[in-house]
Amino acid sequence: MKKVLTPLRRLWPQAAVVTALSFMVLSPVQAADTIKIGLVAALSGQSAKSGEALTRGLTIAIDEINAAGGILGQPVELIRRDDESNPAKGMLAARELVQREKVAVLFGGLDTPVSLAIVPLVNQMKVPFMGPWAAGTSITQNGAKDNYVFRVSAMDEIVDEALVQYGIDEYGMSKPGMLLINNPWGESNEKGFRHALESRDMQWAGIERIESSDLDVIPQLTRLKNAGADTLLMVGNVGPSAQVVKSLDRMEWDVPVVSHWGPAGGRFSELAGPNASRVHFIQTYVFTDNNSAKGDQVLAALKAKYPEIKTLADITPAVGIANAYDGMHLAALAIEKAGSTDGTAVRDGFYAIDEYKGLIKDYKPAFTPEQHDALGPKDYIFTHFVDGSIVPVKP
Amino acid sequence: MITAALISGLGLGSMYALLALGFHITYVVSRTVNFAQGSAMMVGAVLGYSFHITWGWPIWLAVPMTLTLCAVYGLAVERFLVRPFSSRGSEAWLMATVAAGILVDNLAMFTFGKEPRQFTSELANTGVTLLGANISVLQMLIPVIGAAIALALLLVRRYTRLGKVLEACVQNPQAAMLMGIRVNRVVAIAFAVSAVFAAIAGMLIAPLFNVSAEMGTLFGLKAFAVAILGGISSASGVFLAGLLFGLVEALVTIYFGSAFTQIFTFGLVILALALRPNGLFGSKTLVKV
Repeated sequence: MKKVLTPLRRLWPQAAVVTALSFMVLSPVQAADTIKIGLVAALSGQSAKSGEALTRGLTIAIDEINAAGGILGQPVELIRRDDESNPAKGMLAARELVQREKVAVLFGGLDTPVSLAIVPLVNQMKVPFMGPWAAGTSITQNGAKDNYVFRVSAMDEIVDEALVQYGIDEYGMSKPGMLLINNPWGESNEKGFRHALESRDMQWAGIERIESSDLDVIPQLTRLKNAGADTLLMVGNVGPSAQVVKSLDRMEWDVPVVSHWGPAGGRFSELAGPNASRVHFIQTYVFTDNNSAKGDQVLAALKAKYPEIKTLADITPAVGIANAYDGMHLAALAIEKAGSTDGTAVRDGFYAIDEYKGLIKDYKPAFTPEQHDALGPKDYIFTHFVDGSIVPVKP
Repeated sequence: MITAALISGLGLGSMYALLALGFHITYVVSRTVNFAQGSAMMVGAVLGYSFHITWGWPIWLAVPMTLTLCAVYGLAVERFLVRPFSSRGSEAWLMATVAAGILVDNLAMFTFGKEPRQFTSELANTGVTLLGANISVLQMLIPVIGAAIALALLLVRRYTRLGKVLEACVQNPQAAMLMGIRVNRVVAIAFAVSAVFAAIAGMLIAPLFNVSAEMGTLFGLKAFAVAILGGISSASGVFLAGLLFGLVEALVTIYFGSAFTQIFTFGLVILALALRPNGLFGSKTLVKV
């Protein structure tokens, strides 16, 4: 046994020297020569598709940036961490990306609670945080004196305004019933709806809760119907939203349903059945057969990079891709304006972007010290499912 | 309008009852239960979906295959997660079955996928009008099938040899063993039947709801509450408690709103147990010393 080990043992010092040298040679090169962009999002679990969409949007943008020479002459590198939709895990991952990986800008994911857990950390560490999805109002309006949080996505308070206005304009809504998922997201929107309705002196028929585990929402719907609801305002994920459609079908209640973007993820049209299209929901972007030139360019890049994308129906959810794509380009411009990756300089760099012709819109300007949300109510589009694809209600 | 909600409550209630009967049958023969009963229901729905929808098997083949596999699952739970502990007088089967439930849920998430899927069925789409409400055929069938299974269980226990064997094990396992009855086998059968009941509930509910790895968790918990509420040792009590629970859920939601559904129903469970500690229909167990 000893004879076998001896020659190996002799090699140990050499091996140690080679390993140490390789670290000394490789690490500084990687650290100094790339600009790191962090992503903390759900890469596993029920919301894994959202993490995939964000990754795709960021990757396409980063590929374009690198093809054009990178940022400040350095290539951009994406570093991802899974938050498993868990705020504690998200905060730990964010801390690791900021402190160890020294990311220049950190991107968040779908879950509002996770983003809310990261917000105090980034404000304290002075690292810009870009929200490409989570819509909680208090993410950007976090009350911090030094706010490093930006967003290219919808915001609950504005969404609720837009949904109420859409109900009035399209359906003559006078007494809506609310169907809200029983969690902080539902609660956040309840406040938004109440505010939007009160500001218009409108009454509501009732506020009902739906759960992911609800097998049947007929009792909740019956209550709203009996109270005289003429339109339903809905906030829920794919599963419960589909249950609402199926229960409406069984009740044969032909009532308009105006919804937040919950149905956009997953297999809503499969779960809700043939009447999935009755739900009109907001999006910030959809790929269609008639895109802008930028839309066609991104769509072609997506198809080339991800061969599993064959039709428009394979690009779900498009909002994740589009928000992340524009968010990444805006972050690149901010770093260019800053001239370094210093957090405060990059934050001010976001304010200094005069114009960026993006995928979703022409950002002119994107942000101001008072306005950290790049998208407003005019940027929302109302969509519905037709044959498994999300298409605008008004083409 | 209330008719639709009541029928829906009755259907859900009979499914709680079916799952709860699974708790009842293993409890009476072995004083143990499979706490992963909700997961067994999910396994039934997932297998049924995979065979019938994904692989396109005809329903007459998919259903017996699903039930057989679920029976095997029940046997495995008893053999590997309950018997090793209960035979030593340990209560660790409780944690073992809970752990198995979490394990099975996660396995399903890996293999079946994280997204819920739609189990389409003609029965769920064909509607009939009853007292002014549109009810699907499946919704009407669910309570009927639930009641038929409960009745069948009652008849088997009363009038068949298997029932007598079961009864002997219930009354005195030691004496039954001395009479040549293989008590372990009876307990194993009880666990298999319990899993089959759960699978039937899973397949019946799937077309109205959707199929997902997490569908059984809350359902299993409610079914256990139903079993305790009915008096777990009384089959008819458990069944009636299931119907009651489903109806109360529907009525509370209609009259007080969904924010109060869980608070009221579980509050009523606590109240009922405080007033009748052995359940609504259970009788006090005499311990002879």
